[in-house]
Amino acid sequence: MTIVQFILLGAAMFSVGLYGVLTRRNAVLILASVEVMLAAVNVNLVAFDVYLADQASTGQVFALFVIALAAAEAGIGIAIVLMIFRNRHSADVDELDLMRY
Amino acid sequence: MSVGDWLSELANWVFLLLAIPTLVASVMVVSSKNVVRAVLYLVIALAGTAALFLMLGAEFVGWTVVLVYLGAVIILFLIGIMITRAPLTKSVELSEPMSAKVPAALLSFLLFGVVAWAVVQSFDSKVIPLPDEATRTAELGYSIFTSWVIPFEVVSFVLLAALIGGIVLARQDPATPVEQPR
Repeated sequence: MTIVQFILLGAAMFSVGLYGVLTRRNAVLILASVEVMLAAVNVNLVAFDVYLADQASTGQVFALFVIALAAAEAGIGIAIVLMIFRNRHSADVDELDLMRY
Repeated sequence: MSVGDWLSELANWVFLLLAIPTLVASVMVVSSKNVVRAVLYLVIALAGTAALFLMLGAEFVGWTVVLVYLGAVIILFLIGIMITRAPLTKSVELSEPMSAKVPAALLSFLLFGVVAWAVVQSFDSKVIPLPDEATRTAELGYSIFTSWVIPFEVVSFVLLAALIGGIVLARQDPATPVEQPR
């Protein structure tokens, strides 16, 4: 196994997630695309950790931190979407143009 | 390293078996016209990464992904979809029109191209030594609570803030009268 194959998978997943963030209109699906991007980052972290054979397993520790922060992000994100839906009766981000010039 | 050499290694076939479904499921997450299916494809994508972690010997991280993502975050997404009353059948409203999709696809492909070029230039055929045994969770815990104890505390504080913030945001404001369905 080479390191390149894992980084290419991570890069491909990250690009796919970026595409999702740019093209989705439903706020919940934008958050799902962000989760794909975070999973891609985790693949990179763990692959480099095994590649470097780090004694302290730094890559795996930071993958765990990313997982914890992703869970917090998803929780807060859904709560904000819920709040917006309650006030405006829509989860479509294109309709949130209150601050647009 | 040639493609033939690469394919002669059994571990690479396992990698392909896991990576291709992961990538296809990721594409379906961002392109599916059905909200619920998009989130369920996210399950496949994240399970694929968890399986790759197990393959690399990162046992604890792999099972944490299964517990936290597949167990909790997916449920959160499904509840979010149900509460925001997204159209549960096929809908074109979920994505931007084609005029916005094409530049987004170009930008994403450009990003992938630049990263792929840089990676192949600098890491060409550097081999990952497959570990004989999985990373022991005890070592991981030792590392967290010695080298990375301050980042760990920061993460725990962020989780506490997120918990309180989630409750405060999602709670019905007591000042506004609750609409009672009669």
